[in-house]
Amino acid sequence: MDKLIISPSPHIHSGDSVSKKMQQVFIALVPAYLAGLYFFGIGALIISFTAMISCVVFEYLIQRFLIKGSPTIADGSALLTGILLSFNLPSNLPVWIVIVGSLVSIGIAKMTFGGLGNNPFNPALVGRVFLLISFPAAMTTWPKPIPFNMEYLDAVTAATPLAVLKGQSPEIPSTLNLFLGNMGGSIGEVSALALLIGFAYLLLKKTITWHIPISILLTVFVFTAILYYADPNAFIATPTFHLLTGGLMLGAIFMATDYVTSPMTKTGMLIYGVGIGLITVIIRVFGSYPEGVSFAILIMNAFTPLINTVVKPKRFGEIKKA
Amino acid sequence: MGGIHPKTYKFSAGKQIQAAPIPNQAIIPLGHYLGGPSLPIVKAGDRVKVGQMIGQASGFVSANVHSSVSGIVNKLDSHIDASGYNVPSVFIDVQGDEWLESIDRSIEIGRECTLTSTEIIKKISESGIVGLGGATFPTHVKLTPPPGKKAEILIINAVECEPYLTCDHQLMLEKTEEILIGITILMKAIQVEKAIVGIENNKKDAIDLMKKYAKSFAGIEIMSLQVQYPQGGEKQLIDASIGRQIPSGSLPIEVGAVVQNVGTTFAVYEAVQKNKPLIERVITITGKSVKNHSNYRARLGTPLANIVDHAGGIPEDTGKIVAGGPMMGRALVSLEVTVAKGTSGVLFIQTPEAARKKMQNCIRCTKCVVACPMGLEPYLLMSQSERSMWTEMEKDRIMDCIECGCCSFCCPSNRPLLDHLRYGKSSVGKIIRNRQTKK
Repeated sequence: MDKLIISPSPHIHSGDSVSKKMQQVFIALVPAYLAGLYFFGIGALIISFTAMISCVVFEYLIQRFLIKGSPTIADGSALLTGILLSFNLPSNLPVWIVIVGSLVSIGIAKMTFGGLGNNPFNPALVGRVFLLISFPAAMTTWPKPIPFNMEYLDAVTAATPLAVLKGQSPEIPSTLNLFLGNMGGSIGEVSALALLIGFAYLLLKKTITWHIPISILLTVFVFTAILYYADPNAFIATPTFHLLTGGLMLGAIFMATDYVTSPMTKTGMLIYGVGIGLITVIIRVFGSYPEGVSFAILIMNAFTPLINTVVKPKRFGEIKKA
Repeated sequence: MGGIHPKTYKFSAGKQIQAAPIPNQAIIPLGHYLGGPSLPIVKAGDRVKVGQMIGQASGFVSANVHSSVSGIVNKLDSHIDASGYNVPSVFIDVQGDEWLESIDRSIEIGRECTLTSTEIIKKISESGIVGLGGATFPTHVKLTPPPGKKAEILIINAVECEPYLTCDHQLMLEKTEEILIGITILMKAIQVEKAIVGIENNKKDAIDLMKKYAKSFAGIEIMSLQVQYPQGGEKQLIDASIGRQIPSGSLPIEVGAVVQNVGTTFAVYEAVQKNKPLIERVITITGKSVKNHSNYRARLGTPLANIVDHAGGIPEDTGKIVAGGPMMGRALVSLEVTVAKGTSGVLFIQTPEAARKKMQNCIRCTKCVVACPMGLEPYLLMSQSERSMWTEMEKDRIMDCIECGCCSFCCPSNRPLLDHLRYGKSSVGKIIRNRQTKK
């Protein structure tokens, strides 16, 4: 028997770890990844690997040479940022742009603030929005979904369903196709079915709770329903259409639920989710961008600290003021 | 609210309580409970019998200490206790096992109690009884509500929510009627008509047995509770059993409740009905690698090493030895520590599990907030504690922390949340005390 360890209580631990949490999210992303590979083929493969590798390499290099701290790539968060970033990109994006996006996500949005846990904004979304603003043309030409597409940079492009709403094309895919993912869009966002399977897994494993995704989706549904039924000629998209298109499902389930940038109480999460839903619909319907989820999430990320200050958990024995 | 569900590991459940061997030398601490240490009334060379008082309570919030063995007092000296510090203790060289004649050692159950409420409390006080659930608060103080406050209900804590420990469970299986008589005595002491016994529902045999016997007693309800840690925390138990939450900074009597551990209740029975002061208690010896999981009835002052040897010795892969439960117990420096009034068990934790893992950044996963049974935000309190933000911590209710450890248990980043909470509590507590003395 070696020397006895003396440390304060508690002397047992649940066994949970940051890497376990990351693993759970990775597994939940598998269906969406498979859908992305199916609909967008080789482009999806190239971009997802480029993003994952770049993110890990950048984090390692920054930690080793700039911060001079101990490496943290083993916790899997850089890898996760990589794959989530790639899920938000079109599959015909040139490799060098993906690398720039990764540098922004990891270098600017995460490491400058102190690494994991300290970033105020979702790193993958910061990268994506940076690319959208810097390379608007490249970031808004969407490959058409062709099963196992072997064309990368020369992939045939088509408008996304949301772009259709802005009057850019007469075709809207059927609801079934929207649900399965047979539409133009970012690599990971198209298949609501695949994303929902991932959602179920995350709920089962208790990685996340229902509060953020459901409050976002419900807000979008209700808000767009009000608009649609108020004036179906002006607001031609049904609430279901809004739920299934764009990055809403991906954003609601995987991006807005990022631990670091979302509120710490259930009530806070609901407020956060409603905010994201409202802003998304406002941008989609009244703004000039066809898609608003990324912006909505980043804006609400900014409100998270305020939400945490104002919304406290229910205290035990709290005396209710009469 | 909150709470966690650790694996219960009740390896020693059902193991009949056996008498631990009486040591050659008993080392009885004079102050091993909440309150002022008792003053020795014996000196080296004195002959003592089992049950004889050797330490006198030094004030109201203090307790008498009695010899658990018969023999000759060797010396009064310091000896290590579970906190790792040396405390004043009485060393007694054991000779035979002679008890005071006044103690009734017969096995007959004493059912009648003709004492008044005041007499009962006095008897309990004389017998040196303190809370045996681990907090070791002198029982007679708890039974004496401050002026203006009246007890409405007695709640018996038979929850035993800590993993591994089974002493309360086993006591309920073996001394059911005695416990229920103890409950009626306590009800008489605080003059209430109703008592609830809270038992976690993973102790079904105990619940059934208690229910069966409770039928013969008026006003005693056996309540089956959800298995959750810390269901046995005083505040949590009162909330679960009668739906009242003690306001911040108050005591149970504020909501009309008095809570007593079931082991304490049995000690009360023995004191009042059998004239037996507190000289022994049940402890559990267990751990994943322990061969003979056991429940022992051990005399106070028995070196833990003796009992552990009897149970098969220290397992080879032991990394940590804990006195008490794994969530709130104390890591022992050595097994020379002796059985004290609050020792509920000895746990052997294997080496890989015993060491803390490396701490990472807080990822704001909310697990600690969800787990906190008092509705606090451990992640925030730790950050504040690191920056000595005492004012903010007081506002964020650090003094409500019951130090249960749920937060540290579930943190995926292995952050030492409870360490910082304890530090914050002590710092803020000091500030509050200074503020009050200035008034």
